[in-house]
Amino acid sequence: MIMALDQAKKDFKVVGNRMTRPDGIDKVTGRALFGADMSAPGMLHAAILRSPHPHARILNIDVTDALALGGVKAVVTAADFAPQKGAFNQDTLDNCMARGVALYDGHAVAAIAASSPKIAQKALELLKVEYEVLPFVMDVDAAMRADAPVLHAGRKYRNLPEDSAPNVSNHCEFGHGDMDAGFAKADRIIERSFKTAATHQGYIEPHACLATIGADGRGDLWTCTQGHYMVRDFCAAFIGMEASQLRVTASEIGGGFGGKTTVFIEPVALALARKSGRPVKLTMSREEVFRATGPTVSSSTDVKIGITNDGRITAGYANLRYQGGAFPNETMMLGAMTAFAAYDLEAVQTIGWNALTNRPKQASYRAPGAPMAIYTVEAVIDELCQELNLDPLAVRLKNAARKGTKASYGPTFDEIGLVATLEAAQKHPHYSAPLGPNQGRGVACGFWFNFGGNASVSLAINSDGTVAVTEGNPDIGGSRASISMMAAEELGIPYDKVRTIVGDTNAIGFSDVTDGSRVTFVVGLATIKAARGAIKILCTRAAKIWGIDADAVIWEDGAAKPSGHNAGEFPPMTLAEIAKVAHKTGGPIAGHYEANTDGAGVSFGVHLVDVEVDPETGATKILRYTVFQDAGKAINPDYVEGQMQGGAVQGIGWALNEEYIYGDDGRLQNPGFLDYRIPVASDLPMIDTVILEIPNPGHPYGVRGVGETGIVPPLAAVANGVSQAANVRLYELPMSPPRILAAIEGAK
Amino acid sequence: MQFHSPDTIEQAIELLDESRGINRILAGGTDVLVQLRLKLATPDLIVDIKHIDGMRDIRAENGGFRIGAAVSGAEMEEHAALKSLWPGVVEAMALVGSTQVQGRATLTGNLCNASPAADSVPAMVAAQAVATIVGPKGARTCPVLDIPAGPGQTTLQKAEIITSIYLPARPQNSGDAYLRFIPRTEMDIAVSAAGVSLTLDGNDVVTDAKVALGAVAPTVLSLDGVAETLIGTKLDADTLAKLQSTCAAACKPIDDRRGTIAFRTKTAGVLAKRAALIAYIRAGGTK
Amino acid sequence: MSKIHVTTSINGDSVEYLCEPDESLLDVLRNHVGLTGAKEGCSTGDCGACSVTLDGRLVCSCLVLGAEAEGREITTIEGMADGDALHPLQRHILEGAALQCGICTPGILIAAKALLEKNPDPSEVEVRYWLAGNLCRCTGYDKIIRAVLNAAAEMRGA
Repeated sequence: MIMALDQAKKDFKVVGNRMTRPDGIDKVTGRALFGADMSAPGMLHAAILRSPHPHARILNIDVTDALALGGVKAVVTAADFAPQKGAFNQDTLDNCMARGVALYDGHAVAAIAASSPKIAQKALELLKVEYEVLPFVMDVDAAMRADAPVLHAGRKYRNLPEDSAPNVSNHCEFGHGDMDAGFAKADRIIERSFKTAATHQGYIEPHACLATIGADGRGDLWTCTQGHYMVRDFCAAFIGMEASQLRVTASEIGGGFGGKTTVFIEPVALALARKSGRPVKLTMSREEVFRATGPTVSSSTDVKIGITNDGRITAGYANLRYQGGAFPNETMMLGAMTAFAAYDLEAVQTIGWNALTNRPKQASYRAPGAPMAIYTVEAVIDELCQELNLDPLAVRLKNAARKGTKASYGPTFDEIGLVATLEAAQKHPHYSAPLGPNQGRGVACGFWFNFGGNASVSLAINSDGTVAVTEGNPDIGGSRASISMMAAEELGIPYDKVRTIVGDTNAIGFSDVTDGSRVTFVVGLATIKAARGAIKILCTRAAKIWGIDADAVIWEDGAAKPSGHNAGEFPPMTLAEIAKVAHKTGGPIAGHYEANTDGAGVSFGVHLVDVEVDPETGATKILRYTVFQDAGKAINPDYVEGQMQGGAVQGIGWALNEEYIYGDDGRLQNPGFLDYRIPVASDLPMIDTVILEIPNPGHPYGVRGVGETGIVPPLAAVANGVSQAANVRLYELPMSPPRILAAIEGAK
Repeated sequence: MQFHSPDTIEQAIELLDESRGINRILAGGTDVLVQLRLKLATPDLIVDIKHIDGMRDIRAENGGFRIGAAVSGAEMEEHAALKSLWPGVVEAMALVGSTQVQGRATLTGNLCNASPAADSVPAMVAAQAVATIVGPKGARTCPVLDIPAGPGQTTLQKAEIITSIYLPARPQNSGDAYLRFIPRTEMDIAVSAAGVSLTLDGNDVVTDAKVALGAVAPTVLSLDGVAETLIGTKLDADTLAKLQSTCAAACKPIDDRRGTIAFRTKTAGVLAKRAALIAYIRAGGTK
Repeated sequence: MSKIHVTTSINGDSVEYLCEPDESLLDVLRNHVGLTGAKEGCSTGDCGACSVTLDGRLVCSCLVLGAEAEGREITTIEGMADGDALHPLQRHILEGAALQCGICTPGILIAAKALLEKNPDPSEVEVRYWLAGNLCRCTGYDKIIRAVLNAAAEMRGA
């Protein structure tokens, strides 16, 4: 469904203001309840035994001694879950609990529920697992070789070229035009190979849940997730129960960034709850989060770009090879789709591959697949600009995608904001500020699709004139405020008269996972629709009271007014006045809407960064950072800026220090915040933001979605800045000090 | 596991002496609790020494300072006279962990944890700090340099407790400094480190020097020979270049998740050079 | 193994609990005392989400044994507001949109309060270094730093 931009809607009263979030007080006083903050009477504590081997056949699991320990109430293994019909579900389940083969260091092998955390931990040591250790493969290029250790021997994957190696699980191609002719037109062609490390979303809240299954077989689950309907559907299938029998409540969520868009521990907690007949709490340690949740892919990419001397890109090619761990995934497709999305190209081709490795199953991470793909393209364009002495923003403007451009991944763009964003960057004082010695300025573009999908909203008009909105998308960064604002805007009432909550899976209809920067767009749209539905009823009730035709009533400034020949005949009736007498005019007043949208608007960002590199240590300091991004319409600008800033800083971490480091034994070397180095406050300057508003034609207020684009440009922006500051270009992320220093020394 | 919080050093020693299992002395706890949580150690006995007299004191003594074993980094930072006498030692300790960790972590604990990358240790070695140790056989003193025996290992005997560390008095025109390299600006373990202490004469000429490197060998490196090359100089460019190269030559580092051999070697020399310059200026030298 | 009886003060209230000898103060607060405002992000002192003050000193409660709290004074996020009246730091964090998911927020607030008690007029750089042990993955720190500086200015009467 596409809901057209409301062209008349320019005089916003609530939308566009900086509103305080409704859940804020609880979060600054410690009252907010996150995943690990819930408990139940008689609750057991669970712990998971994890494989110490990157690849091993599980020959036997002897649970006798563990079960004999006082306080141990249940042990589960893969045998306690229902076989799945589809490969996607079976893979997801097998990742939660290894079935026959442990596929990575940290893969769950068995789980225990006991009367205290300490007993559960002790019981883990009493589980006897017999492994047959198998050869393993960690690197994407190594995994793609025909002689690499095979993860799922004999398994057939769809849509692969005939001669694909056994670990190749996914393949795709995008593009258009005559590549040979394109490269023939170029004055200069650069071809480079890049590598990026696997990174983790690094949410501060470890996964945690509390599961109960009663004697009647009905279950309740409290969990920190980006999508409780997703959790319900997976868990019901894995446990072998009907969806209606499992109610899932989303707790407050302590960050996700895509990492909580699947299940890891929830099915395990439910299986233990069923087996023990007691509530079971299961929380991950930080080490478990790093070893056994879903980091993003690592990549190995070849890029080739041709350009004319005056800066017109004639052809672009990228071959992207991703590994996303031990199970198939299509993140490489999003990489292949986004790599050249910012450019209007006559000839473009991208090829994506996924290979299986003995690493944890990847999960989404903010604009999944895009940052590492766009990094390679933006770095090569930058190198071309340096060689030809062209202004990097001017070259991007010259080649920028605009309305009517056939995108590299197929569709033709409608109204988009790339040109405006680039022009804003060009005009900004940051772009012309002077630089000192060992300093450099980097620039890069970024792109994300933004998703639409399904969402359910119910909006009830209370008899005192306040409004209760119930929606089905966990609020991960302030969306309850935006939803309340849109409801208030539409109804014409003050923001503080609306309370929005996230309902459990029984409270409201299905909603997709909170991902793809979709919530403000699609839940907002559904809220507007639900409000319009309620307004229609409010007008009907006023008409009834006035004894006029319902069509002759309009809604303006929070009140029903007679219109047409009745105009001025009756004094307006406010929402509160109509609500107060609703029981006499036909009963409760509410609106609801179930959206299934495809009108999401793509968004572009441009980042400018100044860096300084210490030539004697290879240390990089971020001196200044400015984000320019098209929000479509910024409903709550504070939180739009917050998304832009947070994304930029995650990208900075990815560029400079963050990486999964595996030893020669295939075990993760840095499963903690000490050595998985996310940026700390003292690493950074203020992150300046410039919000552009080029309305999305597919949303009544023009909303595009802002959550993900911000993480895309920093990888290349920082790399391009470092190349200027250190006078040497790196082709691998992270650009950790040892790598930069080695490159500087190597260039001497 | 047993937890005890004795009031006297004698009780503490007795508890440790009688223990037949794994034991840990708890002062700030910032290493001990991490060991517990990551299951790196499962002690049978923890002895909290914070309630023993003198353990939480910083006392002036013969022109120097005696720092009790349970004095936190934050308390050292707040002690103006100590900071003025040994700024390098105080800043080295201040680099250990976060503000939160500073509220608990101790100089003695940093030493006894015996990490090759312990921040305070090169600074203490350059300062010629001396530990006072009490054990079943009585009290003794030992240069800080001789405490670490290898990663996670010390030369302390069973039931011995370091009760304090003494930072000596120093002549006029002295200064010290400590620098480390970490990938971020905070919260990391040193990848390489250097502590330098210098004394100058009235003409800015170095008369005494100590140089120690951290995180580039199994234990702290005290480079007396290298330090001697600074004596008689005004830290001219050639001297500094030589300091950098000789420090680098002395390194025996490892490759690990925090850095490479080449990186540690190169940066240790760079840090020694930079720390020497800071110490020189703190000693009143002009550059 | 026997449990240890501890009498301590939490947010001004006298509190008694029994804890295991190896149990952290964080686990005691969350599991025995019912105060879940301090969060566990790492349990190894690397993230700061469990920050509390112990005798006025900022610490990670995951790096303190519950048994060590005997006779001490602990302040947690639950003790920061005065009834319904938010502390200026709480108000500025809230109004300045300096939180997204909110999991790091209690720790940030406790740490920032400890800073302003020690240094009422910190520079941006001082705030950044003081809070370096409080990881935030959502905000990029920008709005947090601004909120702390704004709260400091308000508290100084500036």
